[in-house]
Amino acid sequence: MSLAAYEAHLPSLSGRVRAVTPVDEVGLVERAASFATRSIKAESKAAALDLVVRCIDLTTLEGTDTPQKVRALCAKALQGDPFLSRVPPVAAVCVYPALVGVAATELAGSTVKVASVAGSFPAGLGPLSVRLEEIRLAVAEGADEIDIVLNRAAFLAGDYGRAFDEIVAAKEAAESAHLKVILETGELGSYDQIRRASMLAMSAGADFIKTSTGKIGTSATPPTALCMAEAIRDHAEVSGEMIGLKLAGGIRSAKAAWQYLVLIQETLGAAWLDPNYLRFGASSLLNDVLMQMARQASGRYQRPTDFSAD
Amino acid sequence: MTSRSQEPTYLTMTTPEASHPEFNLEYAAAPESTPPVPIEEENRLYINGEWVAPNNGEWFTTYNPATAQALARVAQGSEVDIDRAVLAATNAAAEWAAWPGSERAKVLFRVARVLAERAREFAVLETMDGGKPIKESRDFDLPQASAHFFYYAGWADKLVYAFGGQKHQPRGVVAQIIPWNFPLLMAAWKLAPALATGNTVVLKPAETTSLSALALVRVLEEAGVPPGVVNVVTGPGETGAALVNHPGVQKIAFTGSTAVGKEIQRATAARPVGLTLELGGKAANIVFEDAALDQAVEGVINGIFFNQGHVCSAGSRLLVQESIADHFIERLKARMATLRVGDPLDKNTDIGAINSPQQLEKIKTLVAAGVTEGADLYQSEVSLPTEGWFYPPSIFTNVALSHRVAQEEIFGPVLSILTFRTAEEAIEKANNTAYGLSAGVWTEKGSRILWMADRLRAGVVWANTFNRFDPTSPFGGVKESGFGREGGRAGLAPYVQLGAMWGES
Repeated sequence: MSLAAYEAHLPSLSGRVRAVTPVDEVGLVERAASFATRSIKAESKAAALDLVVRCIDLTTLEGTDTPQKVRALCAKALQGDPFLSRVPPVAAVCVYPALVGVAATELAGSTVKVASVAGSFPAGLGPLSVRLEEIRLAVAEGADEIDIVLNRAAFLAGDYGRAFDEIVAAKEAAESAHLKVILETGELGSYDQIRRASMLAMSAGADFIKTSTGKIGTSATPPTALCMAEAIRDHAEVSGEMIGLKLAGGIRSAKAAWQYLVLIQETLGAAWLDPNYLRFGASSLLNDVLMQMARQASGRYQRPTDFSAD
Repeated sequence: MTSRSQEPTYLTMTTPEASHPEFNLEYAAAPESTPPVPIEEENRLYINGEWVAPNNGEWFTTYNPATAQALARVAQGSEVDIDRAVLAATNAAAEWAAWPGSERAKVLFRVARVLAERAREFAVLETMDGGKPIKESRDFDLPQASAHFFYYAGWADKLVYAFGGQKHQPRGVVAQIIPWNFPLLMAAWKLAPALATGNTVVLKPAETTSLSALALVRVLEEAGVPPGVVNVVTGPGETGAALVNHPGVQKIAFTGSTAVGKEIQRATAARPVGLTLELGGKAANIVFEDAALDQAVEGVINGIFFNQGHVCSAGSRLLVQESIADHFIERLKARMATLRVGDPLDKNTDIGAINSPQQLEKIKTLVAAGVTEGADLYQSEVSLPTEGWFYPPSIFTNVALSHRVAQEEIFGPVLSILTFRTAEEAIEKANNTAYGLSAGVWTEKGSRILWMADRLRAGVVWANTFNRFDPTSPFGGVKESGFGREGGRAGLAPYVQLGAMWGES
């Protein structure tokens, strides 16, 4: 499908405006930076730390992942720190399909979801039938959420129809599991493309759009998050659907996380400040948040080694 | 065991998940502290390197617009004081002009550096005396002021290259009258090129915002500007008039209202005096349907609400293509809802205080006129502080070109929105004003940007941005927005005599 044909497919904004509006990089970057200058109330900060934990997809996606490693991660997901009570469980544990069963067993009965990457993560270039089968298997093993990648090869080649249809098929294969579509924004080349890919993924049925795989150098950045949040707002305006945003990779500090909260609140509204609509795909972020929580409670910073590695 | 395990008591911080189904981040009041800012109770005139009391013994009070409380007393310069200041500048002129350019450069570089080092102190002072939000004085006024000195310091020993090898001389004694919207930055815009080219100066700050110019003088002194080279005479309009009418002045640079600019031009008719005027504006911010809409919304917001709209280049008229007008206006309103109006010293504040009760009155009068004439007023719901002078962000829709709010400069946070159908119509409407200072064009089509820029009668045309300033870029108007350029190499020209003798003009 050509771009024009594809975009004609999308409902327009307010009846008249093109669905995918252009993005000016300079203005976007400037606006994204401005959120970092907001100063948040101390009580709000405590609640923000709590929210960040509840929005974390605690992730391990290494070739070296073993059942034991995943069990440890699940324990951490349920109880971030033994000395800080009332640390809420994280949103989900995110693993490769082969380890979904282990995570599902460990997390059974808890509120923590099992998320699995699937569909030839991270490139997404396996045969479609194999990719869909991988999704089905992950769901059968107990995955509540499926993270797939956008077919960047199709998208960048201008075959938007194929990229779109594959997401539709993935959504079908995932059945009731939540589908997160990773755009791998660092490979799309421009914010215009990120905006376009966001609209494409959402209209194809993504429950969440996600920035990155964490497997390339560039991952979530404030301008990328802003660009995607603006697309989510546009989609909500047209369809009434609230699509979630998952920021993955590169978010390591509590401060960075709550600057994203400001960005989302001012762009999408407070309704999006909720694990159903916001996730942080991260591994080291949790310990920094715990460290901030401990500081808020005791007034002092602990050593990094005082927190469990996983 | 670590000490942590012995104190398992810090368990009270987070609320359970269920208690905040809808979470809302609240911003903290994060005011800059004011103690490190030295505000003297009594601020004298600075003439010939000395702080002197006003000749007639009169003083006036300067207020903090955010509290309406008095900040300090400032000397009211009279004709006698102006005469002394011009004499001091005249006496200092020959020696300063004889300084090697590289030595003048050193001094100006020092000024740039000290301003950057003491930026926080100056930013707080600027915000207290003028009412602008600290995030603007901190992130815009101060860095820009420093950058202007830095930029013109670089020219001071390279002037021969600025004018194509022509001989150049300083003009001599320069009178500079600056406005209240960017008090320190306008002082920097005026002083830096004048000093780089070897002129001496009598500076008259705006009545409501004298303090930062006086603080700047201390920096100049510290940096090694000799006595008499820069003199500051504070006071109201009459003080400025006395300066303009002084026969010892060889060049006048004025930034302010068009009405006063016209008076100055009349007063200087048939006098051998150089004149540059940077006056009012009623800029059109033109948004085409193919624009990057979210960034255009940002640019329109910044264009009109930056510094409470107290900006001569403010994008006070939005021309939006009819096909997207409803959508765009809804987006503007949504964005306006996130603007925070309040204590200018709070780092979270987006819109600060209106500079003076007179200006607040003027804004109210013009808004009332807009309503009477039939335009639709929309104001975002903000609770304004009870003290001080504030005005809510406002937009007018259904504005006709014949309305006062489409023609007169409001100089406040009030945007008038008109629509257009074609690029030709946009040009016609944009140019349908007495002013011609700036304009903005928002489109993804490069050729249209150039087509528009060719036809817009404005000194500055911004493309896909607005209110962006840089010391290297000339700024100034056409039509009733004045003449002469500040900034860039062009900003040097008004301060030199080319290939001519002293006194000729």
